[in-house]
Amino acid sequence: MNNKTLIVMGVVIFLIIVLFPFWYMRGKATPLPDPVLTPQAKAAQKCVRSTEYMRADHMRLLEIWRESVVREGKRIYVNPEGKEFNMSLSNTCLDCHSNKAEFCDSCHNYASVRPYCWSCHIENPKEKT
Amino acid sequence: MMDNSRRRILQLLGVSALALTTKPVFNAFAKEEVAAEAEAVIKAGTKALKAKQWAMVIDTRKFESEADLEPLAEACHKIHNVPHLQNKRHEIKWIWGTHYHNAFPGKAARFLAEEVEDRPFLVLCNHCENPPCVRACPTKATFKRESDGIVFMDFHRCIGCRFCMAACPFGARSFNYRDPRPFIAEINKKFPTRMKGVVEKCNFCAERLAVGQFPACVEVSDGALVFGDLYDPESDVRKLIKKNYTIRRKQTLGTEPSVYYIV
Repeated sequence: MNNKTLIVMGVVIFLIIVLFPFWYMRGKATPLPDPVLTPQAKAAQKCVRSTEYMRADHMRLLEIWRESVVREGKRIYVNPEGKEFNMSLSNTCLDCHSNKAEFCDSCHNYASVRPYCWSCHIENPKEKT
Repeated sequence: MMDNSRRRILQLLGVSALALTTKPVFNAFAKEEVAAEAEAVIKAGTKALKAKQWAMVIDTRKFESEADLEPLAEACHKIHNVPHLQNKRHEIKWIWGTHYHNAFPGKAARFLAEEVEDRPFLVLCNHCENPPCVRACPTKATFKRESDGIVFMDFHRCIGCRFCMAACPFGARSFNYRDPRPFIAEINKKFPTRMKGVVEKCNFCAERLAVGQFPACVEVSDGALVFGDLYDPESDVRKLIKKNYTIRRKQTLGTEPSVYYIV
């Protein structure tokens, strides 16, 4: 046990490094994202499906849309209320949610997910010229 | 220690039987949950055009020079956000013009009628009935669509291996060696662009057919291109094929192209 001091010092340094982020960020929390609705989206009251469904499952919904539009050529989505939608990310979703930075990105950044939708789909059919 | 008495076994059987009866109860609860939010329905638009196999007849007699094809390619490339790259090796094209001996190798005699030799031939994806590109694709990103016979691409799935390009005998496919966005003069916001690393080609304007419109090239061709269902004997394409002698590109390969040429 000749190296006792060295070992203890090493353990202490290790703990400091590991615990530094917790100490550094103590008491601070990144605020929860607050996606902003456009006036158009607000006026519509309801999205394609209920807010809870959209919040939890919008990516699955988009996947269903993609499969059916691309593979089956079916492009109309009738939601449980009987309202029809053209299944298109660019032309339906982003037509209403035309504020990608304040709407989509706010949560995606918070959750650190980077969907590659926008490498092809055009972000904003309205504002960009 | 295990107690293997008759009583113990009977107890176990009883408990198991009880457990089995819980399943219907669970099911009943699960059903209630589903009923709370009714299912959505997915369907085709009412205006959508339908066919067993879309096909095109190109009356090449109506084109005299490359300039006559220009507006057709322009119309297509504009609405589909096809980039215009100067470098020939990076070029992206969905529809373009070529010479007779390039369009129909094997059918070009040593000496040709001058008029045919000078005439431009419009070429595009043939939407083959037996497409080799589909067989080559390892991810099923390109596939033969059951509903209308279009050889379609799912760009989300394309991994850019370019097997399809090697398999296509018509050179109908282009690869995005570069990010195409900066090379699109005017972006059509209704249609997505592509990204670097995917293959693209003509889609027979599936997005227009879905809303009851004919392909863009057909629309601006002033009757030189005719579009319709190959399996409907009353369709415009079948009527034209019945009346005129038509040829197809590299027919001997057995891919069964759906684009017919009146020469």
